[in-house]
Amino acid sequence: MQNILLVDFGSTFTKLCAVDLEKQDIIGTSKSFSTVEQDIRDGFENALDELYIKLGKKITFDQMIACSSAAGGLKMAAIGLVPELTVEASKRTCMGAGAKVDLVFSYKLTQEDINIIKNNNIDIILLSGGTDGGNTEMVQHNIEVLGNAKLTIPIIYAGNKALDSYAEEIFSKNGIEYYITENVMSKLNILNMKGAKETIHQIFLKRIVSAKGINKIERKMGKVILPTPEAVLRACDLLSHGLLDEPGIGELILVDVGGATTDVYSMTFGYPTRIDVMMKGLTEPYQKRTVEGDLGVRYSAEGAFKQVDEETLLALKQKGINLKTEARKRFLNPEFVPKTELDYLVDKALSESCVEASVKRHAGKLEPYYTSLGMVYYQTGKSLLRVTSIIGTGGPIINSSYQKEILMKASSTYQDIFDLRPKNASYYIDSDYILYAMGLLSTINPLLALKIMKKRIKLITDDTK
Amino acid sequence: MKTIVIGVIGADVHAVGNKIIDYTLTKEGFNVVNVGVLSTQEDFINAAIESGASMILISSLYGHGELDCRGMREKCIESGLDNIILYVGGNIVVGKQDFTEVEARFKQMGFNRVFPPSTPIETVIPQIKADIGA
Repeated sequence: MQNILLVDFGSTFTKLCAVDLEKQDIIGTSKSFSTVEQDIRDGFENALDELYIKLGKKITFDQMIACSSAAGGLKMAAIGLVPELTVEASKRTCMGAGAKVDLVFSYKLTQEDINIIKNNNIDIILLSGGTDGGNTEMVQHNIEVLGNAKLTIPIIYAGNKALDSYAEEIFSKNGIEYYITENVMSKLNILNMKGAKETIHQIFLKRIVSAKGINKIERKMGKVILPTPEAVLRACDLLSHGLLDEPGIGELILVDVGGATTDVYSMTFGYPTRIDVMMKGLTEPYQKRTVEGDLGVRYSAEGAFKQVDEETLLALKQKGINLKTEARKRFLNPEFVPKTELDYLVDKALSESCVEASVKRHAGKLEPYYTSLGMVYYQTGKSLLRVTSIIGTGGPIINSSYQKEILMKASSTYQDIFDLRPKNASYYIDSDYILYAMGLLSTINPLLALKIMKKRIKLITDDTK
Repeated sequence: MKTIVIGVIGADVHAVGNKIIDYTLTKEGFNVVNVGVLSTQEDFINAAIESGASMILISSLYGHGELDCRGMREKCIESGLDNIILYVGGNIVVGKQDFTEVEARFKQMGFNRVFPPSTPIETVIPQIKADIGA
């Protein structure tokens, strides 16, 4: 018998998932409430006790693998040169590595920008700018400004390689913790996330994990810790592609609605589906993640409220719900648990708003362009029209009795050619919240992780036929 | 190595000459950043900023070049590319107009050099080297 324990140290819950390699399945899951102030080990031990109760006995684990998004996850500042080019490349790299992009800066950094960085509790700064052999003037300026600011935040330099040694000199002179890696955009419009992503994970392990006390447990298990979104990204990629003889489910999106953020993952190249559409801007990776810091059903309920249309507000009003005050209530009291039918309806409306707005932002844009041959379109970002599976996860979706309605908001229903959200998809729910765990399991046994996902992720509606 | 941004401006899809320019300038030892066909003024400018280019070479063959190129110099200045060299060439105006007038008009718009239809790129290389160095 070989048992594997998979752990997610979240900001509100510590979640466990136990897998038996012999039975080829999950044998139990559990979760325990944990707060930032609390020692992270308490939450872990409580969740473990709950798991033992569920299993009816104590078992030993041969291996433990963990991921973490504790204390609001990994907060990053992305700096580049031109907004559509290296700034966008930096942002995507941060999000692709599982971080949240709290601050974004373009062109020359000012003292004001430095003050904003200082006041924002940033974990890592990603500095890029210039293609290899490209702009040096502004990038050099930014290196100097950041160096002279003597920040205690680690800085990753992933810009024009001509300035690698200059960055090294300035940062080391100022006693800054710095990392030099491959340019995120060494050639125009070509995104290269690999080096910076690996460096982000390396810093995450070293600094964030120990700062948040996870290392005390990590020593006990001695296994790599990933940021939770990265674990989920790996699970989605595996589920989409398949492995060896086990086919995947094809192009998909995953929407993860939470209290503070909404994450969207897409596994598709997102090429245009019409011949009169031309691609523009940065190349898109097959696996893309975006995170919306203003969309959630508790901490970010007011942001979600802002996206709700008049018609929905009116419909709720007729039922006696004032969504604005309800959103405020949830923001002030994030531990709020819905009890009445009306509470559930409010959470449904907020979740729908999160799903709709986040997928719209994740999808690319079409712009019309008049030519001598008639109208053509430019597509920036991904078209999700080829996506055939939409998966929902996160408490507000999993625990809702309106799963289908909420998830339907991820797709477009009107004949609007400018809406690049999926059409006619199958809808699935990650009802046991196993995606993070399968991402972790995939680091040691990807085939089993894929089989479990295909078995456990529940189909709720199939609109493809 | 000097960097040159090339491309075809506006709703123009003439790709062949663009490839020839790319090939020839690369062979001459320039770092060529090709933004390709259907490029806007902003595409050229953004590419020039990121790649630290010394020159932007704009092609246009479909006759609307004059409209497409208007304001290019002003946008370059606004974007911090004060000293960038601007070339334009091809079939850049509608109909058969006197080229000396056309040239004067484009120079007025801030282009450093303007080339008439059917100018082979090889013949332009000495001028490029004179303007930005090898």
